[in-house]
Amino acid sequence: MTDPLLSVSDLRTYFHDGEVVARAVDGVSFDVAEGETVAVVGESGSGKSVTALSILRLIRPPGRIETASSIRFQGRELLQLSDGEMRTIRGNRIAMIFQEPMSALNPVLTVGEQIAEVVRVHTDASRHDAWERAVEMLALTGISAPRERASEYPHQLSGGMRQRVMIAMALVLKPALLIADEPTTALDVTIQAQILELLQRLQEQLGMAVLLITHDLGVVAEVADRVVVMYGGEVVERATMTELFEAPQHPYTEGLMSAMPRLDRDAERLVTIPGVVPPSTAWPSGCRFRDRCSYAWDRCATEHPPLYPVGDEHESRCHLAVEPLRRSESHTPLTVRVGADS
Amino acid sequence: MVRHAGIASGVIAVIVVVALLAPWVAPYDPIAQPDIIGLKNLAPSFSHPFGTDSFSRDVLSRCIYGARISLSVAALATAIAITLGTLYGAIAGYVGGAVDAVLMRIVDAALSIPRVLLLIAILALWNGLPLWLLIVVLGATGWFGLSRMVRAQVLSMRELDFVAAARALGASGPRILFRHILPNVLPTIIVAATLGVGHVIILEAGLSYLGLGVQPPSASWGSIIQDGADQIGAAWWISLFPGLLIVTTAIACNALGDALRAAFDPRENAVTMAELDS
Amino acid sequence: MTSARTNPALLQVTRLRKDFPVRQGLQHSLFGRNAAAIRAVNDVSFDIARGETLGVVGESGCGKTTMGRAILRLIEPTSGSVVFDGIDVATLHGAALRSMRRKMQVVFQDPFSSLNPRMTVGAAVREGMLIHHLAEGRAADHRVKTLFEEVGLNPDYASRYPHEFSGGQRQRIGVARALSVEPEMIVCDEPVSALDVSVQAQVINLMQDLQRDRGLTYLFIAHDLSVVRHIADRVAVMYLGRIVETASADDLYSNPTMPYTQALLSAVPRPEPGRQTARIVLQGEPPSPANPPPGCVFYSRCQHPLKDDDCTRVVPPLEEKTPAHFAACIKQPSQLP
Repeated sequence: MTDPLLSVSDLRTYFHDGEVVARAVDGVSFDVAEGETVAVVGESGSGKSVTALSILRLIRPPGRIETASSIRFQGRELLQLSDGEMRTIRGNRIAMIFQEPMSALNPVLTVGEQIAEVVRVHTDASRHDAWERAVEMLALTGISAPRERASEYPHQLSGGMRQRVMIAMALVLKPALLIADEPTTALDVTIQAQILELLQRLQEQLGMAVLLITHDLGVVAEVADRVVVMYGGEVVERATMTELFEAPQHPYTEGLMSAMPRLDRDAERLVTIPGVVPPSTAWPSGCRFRDRCSYAWDRCATEHPPLYPVGDEHESRCHLAVEPLRRSESHTPLTVRVGADS
Repeated sequence: MVRHAGIASGVIAVIVVVALLAPWVAPYDPIAQPDIIGLKNLAPSFSHPFGTDSFSRDVLSRCIYGARISLSVAALATAIAITLGTLYGAIAGYVGGAVDAVLMRIVDAALSIPRVLLLIAILALWNGLPLWLLIVVLGATGWFGLSRMVRAQVLSMRELDFVAAARALGASGPRILFRHILPNVLPTIIVAATLGVGHVIILEAGLSYLGLGVQPPSASWGSIIQDGADQIGAAWWISLFPGLLIVTTAIACNALGDALRAAFDPRENAVTMAELDS
Repeated sequence: MTSARTNPALLQVTRLRKDFPVRQGLQHSLFGRNAAAIRAVNDVSFDIARGETLGVVGESGCGKTTMGRAILRLIEPTSGSVVFDGIDVATLHGAALRSMRRKMQVVFQDPFSSLNPRMTVGAAVREGMLIHHLAEGRAADHRVKTLFEEVGLNPDYASRYPHEFSGGQRQRIGVARALSVEPEMIVCDEPVSALDVSVQAQVINLMQDLQRDRGLTYLFIAHDLSVVRHIADRVAVMYLGRIVETASADDLYSNPTMPYTQALLSAVPRPEPGRQTARIVLQGEPPSPANPPPGCVFYSRCQHPLKDDDCTRVVPPLEEKTPAHFAACIKQPSQLP
């Protein structure tokens, strides 16, 4: 098997504030192969966005990527590159799109200028050629009258249109990897459908890999090949997309799936995960999910679970993998907090 | 930023305390003229650190007593300006519509007249203005800019959900304004007040230097400078020391105001963990 | 929900309209009066029975939030009537309006801007009681404590400030504030859309428990169709300021009739692998409400196979297509692909 396109291993990104250390990303490993879509799923505070920013080395002090971490991309160790070398990769070989396109676009430049600028920074294309490529790219993202649109300013465009512009800007140099951080969260559902379709079409045309950061399991089911579930700064489950939905192994993944209201059926009452994500400055000992887990037993408090293999290309960070009988036992939550998140 | 604020508030505190304790701290009586010939225009020395003036008065003692006048004129005038500006701006912003339009056009008109010219005109017409009236005039001409800032903030705050929630609860207009909106505008007001004090100190000094401000025998820093103005070559210390005090106090007020503005501005604060991953 | 329908209506909204003036460009703001108006809510009528939950769904800009605020009189409706418990709220003023507000409360979307950052959460919950003289002093303290417990918060937290709480906890505080004046109806404007899935489920369950225990009526505004399906008895779908379809939740979700509803439902990504074949991907974006098209507002994006020029001439009325299922489309319902 050839090397994966991107290989993140033991990534730790900590934020230091005097004595206090926030371990936002704490030992995360996963691979992305060429052309595939990997989804990183998690809630606020899971560390998924910090993971994405770490890959592009966009972490600013007091944040720091700790020394044992490794991010290999196309055979090169990104964490060893100089800032200058990193800039030739950012926006060129690895591109990123964000949740809020309005704040990611410069309000005083036309969208065409902004896309052309990316081309001119990374290649020696002439002003005219760069502009032509910007127009071409806008056309590719399904914007009608791309030549006219290229001369417009971000505020003249709708939210969906801006997201298309941002995608055009990210993909104009045909990167090998696109990191999409909640790309459709701010959009309406009918526009979201358009953008997801667009991303999939462009992925096929350009042959790039996509690392999708999202909280929405519905979006994951639409587009992902493989899924990484994050909780408490760690990967808690890793599987192919179908396997994850058919046989989720980690209690957190299970909880997320049952806490979602469903369009196709109506439950009398939603299953909830009690409590809240603990702060990254004070992860619980042992399993980080144990306070909120209905299966938790004494082992969970003392022994930090490793990622146990639980199937073909499927791993789960839960001791249930080696003590499966506990799943069938009738269980009561370790801490009873009826519906309260206090 | 924090260190600047610390130094600035330290400087201000020292000056205020010295002014308050003037009768105990000042080495001499500020208006005593012990020997108008023998002790006149003495250069700074151990017994007269700031020297003496042409009436043999101790400049240090005059500066200490002058601080009382300068600071209290600045503080009271600023208090008047802040009160007027806040109320005016809050009413314009909260009531809105035609009332707002009229009130703000008045402010626009007032702002188009340079304040110094306005003050000189008023004070020149009024010979020998009593101190309290000087304070009122300085306060009454100093609130236009603040009223615009307060109005803008009230206007944007009025649209926030917690204000809507208070209205939905049945809260009355004044209640919403005083309980919900103004406490949130307070940071702006405090910053404006700090910067305003520095500004009024300079303004009052300027007017007193022109002989339009504080009238003798009272002395502010500005009038002490004026005392020494016609012999600046021979007895430079008479004007230099009060001048340095004005500059120091004004810089300290501005530094403190800037530091407070930064502290109150959420955009200047560090990104929290929650924001990073939301 | 059939039982709910037989109850008398608690809220009757009739032909509600809200226009916002727009100033277009510098020359208008300098020389002109308001040149155009955005018709944010256009001729909306519906009623809600006591104890019922009406879900209102639609995309951003469809007017659902404006409608909620116009009903609450947080903004002034341009025309139409809002009859709550027999009284037309749209014509009340001053003290009469303020005392009416007790009965209709609101919970907002944004857990950060919906609480006054300089007021303790206890004071926020207490304020309504003081305004309406429901309780004072120790009695008010006691009621604040009871309300905190009811919404699942530690009463000892009453003396803290909003920034010390998580998003989910703030929404609970917002709910407690609404309940402090013992309302009959709560307008919930996207109350869970800013929350993470696991916390969202907690708040939804809380709202359902409160409804059951207190007999509350909800107008539940949301863009998340799954959440609305879960909580609502009946659902109204809005597009460009109009209600285009309304039916019981079960009926609407299993038999969407209006082409827009069909597209909207099919666009929702579902956590089921391999389901995306039946998707209708709408082309384009909604037209501007400042310049709505004549006839059917959905015409420009409609995927109905029979759509024709008639659709651009007639504004389709909200007609009862099947019992208690209303849709605004002049064509025969097409089957979902």
